[in-house]
Amino acid sequence: MTMIADEGAQELRPRSELTAREVMREVGAVLRLSEAEAAKLGDLPEDPDEDQTMVINMGPSHPSTHGVLRLMLELQGETVLRCKPIIGYLHTGMEKTGEQLTFMQGGTNVTRMDYASPLNNELVFSMATEKLLGIDGDIPERAQWMRMLLSELNRMSSHLLFMATNGMDLGAVSMMIYGWREREEVLRFFQKVTGLRMNHNFVRPGGLAADLPAGWRDDVLRILDMLPERLEEYDILMTGQPIWRERLQGVGVITPAEALALGATGPILRSTGVEWDLRRDQPYLRYDEVEFDVVVGTYGDAFDRYAIRLAEIRESMRIVRQILDRMPEGDYRIQDKKVTPPPRARIDESMEALIHHFKIFTEGFKVPEGEVYVAIESPRGEIGCYIASDGSPTPYRMHVRAPSFVNIQCLPHMMRGGLVADAVAVISSVDPVLGEVDR
Amino acid sequence: MTDTPHEDESAPATMHGCPVTDSRGQVVIHLGRDRYLEVMRVLVDEGFAMCVDLTAVDYLDYMDRSLPAGVEPERFEVVVNLLDIGQRRRIRARVQVSETDAVLPSLFDLHPGTEAMEREVFDMFGISFSDHPDPSRILMPEDWIGHPLRKDYEVGSIPVQFKGAPT
Repeated sequence: MTMIADEGAQELRPRSELTAREVMREVGAVLRLSEAEAAKLGDLPEDPDEDQTMVINMGPSHPSTHGVLRLMLELQGETVLRCKPIIGYLHTGMEKTGEQLTFMQGGTNVTRMDYASPLNNELVFSMATEKLLGIDGDIPERAQWMRMLLSELNRMSSHLLFMATNGMDLGAVSMMIYGWREREEVLRFFQKVTGLRMNHNFVRPGGLAADLPAGWRDDVLRILDMLPERLEEYDILMTGQPIWRERLQGVGVITPAEALALGATGPILRSTGVEWDLRRDQPYLRYDEVEFDVVVGTYGDAFDRYAIRLAEIRESMRIVRQILDRMPEGDYRIQDKKVTPPPRARIDESMEALIHHFKIFTEGFKVPEGEVYVAIESPRGEIGCYIASDGSPTPYRMHVRAPSFVNIQCLPHMMRGGLVADAVAVISSVDPVLGEVDR
Repeated sequence: MTDTPHEDESAPATMHGCPVTDSRGQVVIHLGRDRYLEVMRVLVDEGFAMCVDLTAVDYLDYMDRSLPAGVEPERFEVVVNLLDIGQRRRIRARVQVSETDAVLPSLFDLHPGTEAMEREVFDMFGISFSDHPDPSRILMPEDWIGHPLRKDYEVGSIPVQFKGAPT
C-alpha cells in the first residue's frame, strides 16, 4: 500500500519499512527493551498483511482532537495497530517570540500557550523571572495567596472544561453544555478580577496586576456554593452510569513505570497510582499551609483519569475555602521600584514617577545573568519554565516545558491494540491543549 | 518556592568528575559530549529516573556566559532536567555542544520520553541526536529550511508556503 505523504518523514511509515527501532519508538513506553524484544512486539498476534490494514488520518481538524492534532492510525478492521501523533499545525514560534518580548511583556505570550489554564502559565513564568531577580522570597503574602486563589480556580475551570469535552467526545452531549455552563461561572469571576475571560496577563513578575475587586469574596462563595450540587449531577450523569463506565474502564491503560519513563505528569501519572503532585511534593506559593489530598487512581485507565479530575475539582474547592479564610491584607505586588511601576496617581504629580513608568514599560527591567528552571503543577501536569538571562531586559532564551507536549507521547502506547472508537476516549482522557503542544 | 532541596554547603563542586554549580539554589551539572551518556546513566541509577525536560540554548551572542572552570563554552547547550520522585529533588545537566559537530547521543534508550523533546531540539536548533528512532522535524514542516530558534535565524515575516499550491 502506498501512502500519499505530505509531511514526509514525520508521518507514520508503511509497515514494510518498519525497523525494530521504529517499533520501539511506537511502543516507547514499553521500557528499555532490546531491539530484538521490540521486534517481537512488532509482530502483533494477527501478523497483518499490508493489504489487510489501512492507514487513516484522524484530524488535524476533527472535533475530538481538541484543536489541530493529527493522528495517523493503522487499522485492521476496527483495531488500532499503530498510531502516530503528528503535531505542529498550531506552531507559532512562541519561544522565539518570548526572546523578543521583555520580562514585563512575556506574560502576554506565555498565557496563550495553555489557553485552558492561562493563569498557571503566567504564574510559572513570573516565578522563574522572580527567581532570576532574586526576589522570589520577598513576594508579599497577599500576592501569594491571591496567586493560589487564581491558580486553583483556574484548575477548576480547566477540569470543568475537561468534563465538558470528555462528555462530548463520548456522546454525552448534554454534559458538554453543563461543563461549559459551570466553567463560565468561573470565567465570569476571572473577567471581574482581571478584565478578561482568558489570556489574562494578570500574574506578573513581582506580584499581580491589580488587587481583587470589591465583593470578590461573595463571588467566590457563590461559585463554591453552586458547584457541589452540580458535581453531584455529574456523578449521576456519568460516574455511576453503566454506559459511561463501559466506555472508559480499561481503556487506554498505562502502567506507572511506563508513565514515568515517558515523562507523563499530572492526572496521567496519578491515574497509575503514583502520588506525585508538585503542590504537595515540591510546594510553591503557600501550598504547604493548606490541606488537600492528592487523588490517585489504581488502574491507569481513562476512567481513573476522569475520576481524578472530578475529584481534583473538589480538592481545589477545599483549597479555595481555606484561602478565603486566610487571605491576608496587604500589598498585592512587591514594592520594589525595579520591577513595579509607580501607582497611577503618582504619575500625575511626579515627573520622576512618569519617567519611571515610561521606562519600565518601554525598556523593561534588567534581569541578572543566570538560568533557572521553575516547575509548578498545572491542571495537565508539570509546567516548567526555563529562562536563561544575559542581563538584558529580554530573556536570552525562554522555554516552556509544556505538559501536553510530553503527555501526548503516551497516545501511541495507550491506543495500541485498542478499538478505533476508544481512540477518541483516549485522546480525550489525556486532555491535551494543542496551543501548548505546538507553542 | 519550587526549590529543589539545597545541596549541603559543603557539597563537593564536582559530581562523577563533572563540575557542579548552584544556580539560584538549583543543582546544575556541566557535561561534555564524551561523558554525557555515561553520567546520565549513573544519574538514573542514583534515582533521577524521570527526565522531565530536554531543551537547548543557542549561545551565539552570549559566549562569555559564566561557566565553571574547566568547561569550554560552545555555541550550543543542551539542557536536561531530571527529577527524582523518591527523594523529591531535581538536577539539571548543561551539555556543551559544538557548532561544527552538533551531534549528541540520544537519551531515548534511557528515557523514552525524550523522544519528542529531542525531535523538537533538532527541529529548532539543528542539533542531531544519533541513534534517535525518528529523527524528523516535529513542529516545522518537513521541508523547512533553517532552524528557527538559532540566534542567527532572523525574526521577520516569511510568505506562507502552501504545499502543492498552483504557482
